[in-house]
Amino acid sequence: MTDSNKTPSGNGTGNGKDYKWVGTRAVRPDGVDKVTGRAKFGADLHLPNMLVGKVLRSPHAHAHIRSIDTSAAEALSGVKAVITRDDFSDQPKGAVQPAGEMTINYRDMVRNVMAREKALYEGHAIAAVAAVDARIAAKALSLIKVDFEVLPHVIDPVAAMESGAPIIQEDLMTEGMEQSPGAMTNIAKRVEFGHGDVAVGFAEADVVIEREFTTQPVHQAYIEPHACVASMTEDGQGELWLSTQGHYVARGHCATLLGLDVSKLRVQASEIGGGFGGKTVVYLEPLALALSRKACQPVKMAMTREEVFRATGPTSGAHLWVKVGATNDGRITAADAVLKYQAGAFPGSPVAQGAQCAFAPYELNHVRTIGYDILVNRAKVAAYRAPGAPIAEYATESVMDEIAGVIGMDPLEFRLKNAPKQGSQSSYGPKFPVIGCIETLEAARDHDHYQSPLKAGQGRGVATGYWFNIGGQTSATLNLSEDGSVALVLGTVDVGGTRASLSMMAAEELGIDLDKVRPMIGDTSALGYNMLTGGSRVTFAGGIAVVGAAQDLIGTLKDRAAKFWDIPVDDVEWAEGEARATNGYTDNMQPLSLQEIAKDMAKTGGPIVGAHSINAQGAGPSFGTHVVDVDVDRETGRVWVTRYTVVQDAGKAIHPSYVEGQYQGGAVQGIGWALNEEYIYDDKGRLENAGFLDYRVPVCSDVPMIDTVIVEVANPTHPYGVRGVGETPIVPPMAAISNALANALGIRFTDLPMSPPRVLAAIKAANGDATTAS
Amino acid sequence: MAKYHITTRINGDDVEFLCAPEQTLLDVLRDDLRLTGSKEGCASGDCGACSVTIDGRLVCSCLVLAAEVGGQEIETIEGMADGDRLHPLQQKFLDFAALQCGVCTPGFLIAAKALLDRNSNPSETEVRYWLAGNLCRCTGYDKIVRAVLDTAADMRD
Repeated sequence: MTDSNKTPSGNGTGNGKDYKWVGTRAVRPDGVDKVTGRAKFGADLHLPNMLVGKVLRSPHAHAHIRSIDTSAAEALSGVKAVITRDDFSDQPKGAVQPAGEMTINYRDMVRNVMAREKALYEGHAIAAVAAVDARIAAKALSLIKVDFEVLPHVIDPVAAMESGAPIIQEDLMTEGMEQSPGAMTNIAKRVEFGHGDVAVGFAEADVVIEREFTTQPVHQAYIEPHACVASMTEDGQGELWLSTQGHYVARGHCATLLGLDVSKLRVQASEIGGGFGGKTVVYLEPLALALSRKACQPVKMAMTREEVFRATGPTSGAHLWVKVGATNDGRITAADAVLKYQAGAFPGSPVAQGAQCAFAPYELNHVRTIGYDILVNRAKVAAYRAPGAPIAEYATESVMDEIAGVIGMDPLEFRLKNAPKQGSQSSYGPKFPVIGCIETLEAARDHDHYQSPLKAGQGRGVATGYWFNIGGQTSATLNLSEDGSVALVLGTVDVGGTRASLSMMAAEELGIDLDKVRPMIGDTSALGYNMLTGGSRVTFAGGIAVVGAAQDLIGTLKDRAAKFWDIPVDDVEWAEGEARATNGYTDNMQPLSLQEIAKDMAKTGGPIVGAHSINAQGAGPSFGTHVVDVDVDRETGRVWVTRYTVVQDAGKAIHPSYVEGQYQGGAVQGIGWALNEEYIYDDKGRLENAGFLDYRVPVCSDVPMIDTVIVEVANPTHPYGVRGVGETPIVPPMAAISNALANALGIRFTDLPMSPPRVLAAIKAANGDATTAS
Repeated sequence: MAKYHITTRINGDDVEFLCAPEQTLLDVLRDDLRLTGSKEGCASGDCGACSVTIDGRLVCSCLVLAAEVGGQEIETIEGMADGDRLHPLQQKFLDFAALQCGVCTPGFLIAAKALLDRNSNPSETEVRYWLAGNLCRCTGYDKIVRAVLDTAADMRD
């Protein structure tokens, strides 16, 4: 249904067309609500007769739950419902479903939202209560008696792979690997990607570098904690309001866990206060629904920040081994990596994605990546922006930088010499479609930042990052109002400006003013299915759906005009917001505007609606290259990022400000990952820094302005050339900063974060001090 | 447990409420007065999403007990616009796309207004340190800092 005239040419600069709305910096339609405090987020809904729900969580990293006695809590005045594992039916084994960039196993999910046989990490939910106020709910939690048998635990992924390690899931079988019968393991999966023969490739190399790296789990650290309001009625129907990246996906999860027909649940997404992947799964929502089902009253639940850190997210920490060979003239001959990712207490780390992306910015004849998904006694990981890729590419891009240095080549020229282009076989199998890797590298090389001299003592680093981007199931509807204004109904949660970008494409297609399009996110009853907001997919897939809905609407508008004029519809065209008669009819017939057709729609056939539902394919992969300058305080080990430039291929920037915002936000999250953020556990497996004071995300005074360059190599499968932009920006920063530190200090760091104590110890060690770098 | 009876002013209006001794100002604003523009991001004074001013002083309302605010002048995000006219900072945040998810935005606006009330010509460094108590995980701060600096320049003209 898309207009083939709008299919861009892929000439490297978007499609080169002048648009009225696409490519402008219009004020977002949800903006006023967000600067005035009106916008309703997860915890902002109050319903009559609403209860407060709270969760009792495991104080142990690993323990059998012998018994749970809730009788005293239930007897407390003001307590309306108490739930435990007994309130959820078990789910069948082996039912794994793809969901966005991760996979869902309901047998694991039912255990993650409420512990069954064992508590598998500190913070694992054990029971929940609903009471008339927060004080009584807290008192009720203190009255629940849990008989735990504490078990040995394991936190480190390498230790978890050793024989004799505490076993987290006794019935776990390793996928993709031989396993002797009866043997127990924490290795959930082995994956391997690549082509050629790395041994042959290394034999051709003049220089081979082999390094090991570690990264720590980092949390998505959205500012809004998880929150929801659930309301179940006596006849088994329900409504759910929640902060989520995907209300259709949440509906499916909750219906499955509660044994409800999916359509019995009506789910409305609140405004979302950040997600970054972490709000693609459910935690509180099934509990709130189960409590509401028992109490037959609405139940509101909101996590504390401490609960967010202990029980949700993060992404994996990892142990990484990388080996790269190259010739003296800068051609990579072989690349090899082994990636060991922590999954948390249930399988599902993004190691496969990491293994696929690890060497994607290179065209290679001999490449192999092997990945392991490893269980440890930590919260189950959740998606975090380009899940898996930043971890792997941190290690590979560090080694690429080092090898370029050894052979004496500029690191961007080295990447350019080995860069993939359309038709290159990717390191994980498929041939690349139209991509902008080379264009991005060239723009970085030619940028003033890269060309400018460094100040004394500073270092400069670069790194390239890759992410696939995805499409997926999407629906959109345009409802024409009687005055010619249009309601755009979307089912994709807006995490950072997609109501703006999707409205702009609707206005562009229809040829009407942007302020005549009012976008809103419908509840799950308003549209067909919509996959969640993730995979940088909404402006891509949502754009195709909206353009399709607009073309559907235009088709009806042309029909009505043809009827009005009594001419064949083939002799009507739509341009600049009006129907025009063509082929000789032009002289007698004045064009009919959208307003005129709308005013008379009752006479010409009734309500006019444009709708489109798709499973969008052909997402455009994206590459980004970051350039960063650092200064190091040699007395404290504190690293200051003094200048930062993000160069990334957007395909086409529908709203450049929000594209820049994605680049800048991803870069700063990456700065936190590189320099500060980590989970710190005590010897009992308890998280020691479950708050923003000790888990330190970058603050305003930590970072400089983030320069951006939007490269536009159009994605030919999208009507405006869009690629996803949200995830790739977090892939390069860790390696870019590590490479800059190596340039500044002559010290190569192989462990994240490069926090002041670690940097200071490395400086002292390099200066011959007895203290050594960790 | 007996509740405290508090009389105070919020956004220029006289307000009375009853509160428990452990309730914070943020709890009362959100749960009792339904002024949900102030957000709870941490409840420990680390994120600034609950920023309000009390007698012109910038505070995290999660760190103030509701029982303490009797007789004071509280300003929240709900009182920032003047009728149908947005405050220049609010308008500039929209024009500069200085928000993505928007959950930190009320806190940033309150904090930025408190800065400009004191310093009409802050440097970038002064803006960055003043706003260091407000966490934003979406924007990387760039567009927020530019919006505040540009508002200050406009307001000086």
